[in-house]
Amino acid sequence: MKTLSLALRNLLRNRRRSLTTLLAMVIGLVAILIFGGYRSNITYGSQTGFVQGTGHLQIQHKDYFLDGSDNPTAYGIADYQHIIDVVKHDPILAPMLTVVTPILQLGGLAGNFAAGVSRSVIASGVVVEERNQMLSWNDYKLTSYAHQLPLVGTSQDAVVVGTGVARKLRLCNALKVPNCVQAPTVASTDGNQAPDDITALSALAKTDAPPVDDTRIEMLAATAHGAPNVASLSVVQAENMGVKALDDVYLAMHLAQAQKLIYGAAPPQVTAIQIQLQHTNQIPVARKRLEQLLANEFKTEPLEVLDFRQLNPMYGQTVEFMDSMFGFISILIGVIVLFTIGNTMSTAVVERTVEIGTLRAIGLRRSGIRRLFLCEGVLLGVIGAVIGLLCSLAIAYLINHSGMAWTPPGYSYAYLILVRVWQDMNLLVGSVIGLILVTVVSAWWPANRAANMMIVDALRHV
Amino acid sequence: MYPVVLKQVGKTYHLDSVDVPALIDINLEIRSNCFTVISGPSGSGKTTLLNLIGCIDRANQGEILIAGKEVQKMSNDALSDFRARHLGFIFQNFNLLPVLNAYENIEYPLLLTQMPAAERKQRVLALLDAVGLSDRAQNRPGQLSGGQRQRVAIARALATEPKLVLADEPTANLDSHTGAAIIALMRKMQREHHVSFVFSSHDPQVQAEADDAIFIRDGRITSVERRSENVEAAV
Repeated sequence: MKTLSLALRNLLRNRRRSLTTLLAMVIGLVAILIFGGYRSNITYGSQTGFVQGTGHLQIQHKDYFLDGSDNPTAYGIADYQHIIDVVKHDPILAPMLTVVTPILQLGGLAGNFAAGVSRSVIASGVVVEERNQMLSWNDYKLTSYAHQLPLVGTSQDAVVVGTGVARKLRLCNALKVPNCVQAPTVASTDGNQAPDDITALSALAKTDAPPVDDTRIEMLAATAHGAPNVASLSVVQAENMGVKALDDVYLAMHLAQAQKLIYGAAPPQVTAIQIQLQHTNQIPVARKRLEQLLANEFKTEPLEVLDFRQLNPMYGQTVEFMDSMFGFISILIGVIVLFTIGNTMSTAVVERTVEIGTLRAIGLRRSGIRRLFLCEGVLLGVIGAVIGLLCSLAIAYLINHSGMAWTPPGYSYAYLILVRVWQDMNLLVGSVIGLILVTVVSAWWPANRAANMMIVDALRHV
Repeated sequence: MYPVVLKQVGKTYHLDSVDVPALIDINLEIRSNCFTVISGPSGSGKTTLLNLIGCIDRANQGEILIAGKEVQKMSNDALSDFRARHLGFIFQNFNLLPVLNAYENIEYPLLLTQMPAAERKQRVLALLDAVGLSDRAQNRPGQLSGGQRQRVAIARALATEPKLVLADEPTANLDSHTGAAIIALMRKMQREHHVSFVFSSHDPQVQAEADDAIFIRDGRITSVERRSENVEAAV
């Protein structure tokens, strides 16, 4: 015996109390796992979104991220293709890579001058096929909200805009954007018309453009030499970008078009080289290697490597927020479980005082008594963990198949409420081990008290 | 050689900062293969004396030798092991483990001595047979009468084949008929197993059966009666 057998029988002896204690543990574990699963879905979802958008790592001109995002000309990377080739062919990096692609980000003014409207946009010039490959990264097998960029096989002047941009530029009807409430077209353009010089530039840009249709816009940007330049662009689609602030300024175009707009006939540059890895946990190794390469082979270039957490501070804030909530809830539940089990075990010790005295008298050591009560606590913990785990998986399944959705603050469409319990082994194993540890800790004090009882006092107990 | 020797043993309890002497200057020898009864009025110290002999309490002074071992100097763990191997206990309230059946209750002390399973089984079955409970092996204490429970307790006390069994008022919770049967059983087992039984008891039936009778009052032994020999004064 069988300490385990004796402990199990003692638990079954007072079934109601054992069940009540188990119930507290099960509810506690379910709460932790379901909330933890929800947190995991949000943090992994958030990570997936950022990695799809910016890659795991970026090589940028030093200080571009801090000071140069509005100045692609001063912070461009001229020798980008050489850097990409070196990265792709590096024996250490190559097995980890999924995509290495250049990107040129620029700010500008997009105008539908025919409708008399314009708005500032943040545009990205991308290699479309590589961009789409980045958007398919889904290492955590999540429900992905990323759409492929519909610029494959399009002409160089084709662009995609956010639905917010489409709305502002009164393109909703032309682009057949669903649920897009568009203000009526202003009849007179007096006072809203583009300045004469812009109109003239626009006219120049249109000379090589296909016939005018109702999805054409013009984009004005400053060239590398500080002169204004205009491109006539064809909007092929408006896409909801999820976050309203982004949706209202988003514009994606072919890299060559963006480079032509900024650099004209000068050698083209990019503002970053995006590097997407197979797995996020490869970042430290990949980053170290990239920094070595930059220091050895491109020492004259003022370049730096940034990871997606640095590029998207919101990710860290989201993770921190969710972790703090999860930690708070876990501690709260842990304390409740701790006291519930502690109370159960203490009551058992009092009720079984004479038994403790008898066992000690017939030769069981103090450590044997301690082991017996700890074993009861661990058994409660293990049974509670198993039942709690099964309940959590069942509840997670129901939630994941319920179709419930919500729109997070600042987002422009609803997300499915999903919980990742089974898929998040760290959460699952951590919670189960945590629960069992809590039971051991809570059983320790009563077990110790039982072990240290004076035998004669225990035998006299009424 | 006497299985138990006490030399100038004293025990004092500290109750609410007051020292209460329970045993004073006890000198005693308990003979082998005897029924020894400790008698005395309530509060005289007979249970304390039994507890010291049973190594479940420690004396404040003096020396206690059991089977030649000076038990006062043993550590807690060593004392536990000593009790497991050399002493048996029978309690007034039987003190069987309620979650174990009769077989398992008798087997439990043998588990503490790491006895091999086959030998353990053989011994438990023999003891069950000896106390007349072979057909009750699978019954838990709640399914047994008082007399049957005490029979299981006797079998448990003898399971490790100790040379000394201590019994605290073993018939106090039994009717006189059952009590007499239990005394007879203990006497039979004592003779068959060549073991010393030390009782604390008020029961005249127990006292009548005793080979040696020790009388105690106010923490002091007033007389030791060796019935097979002459009546002796306190040692």
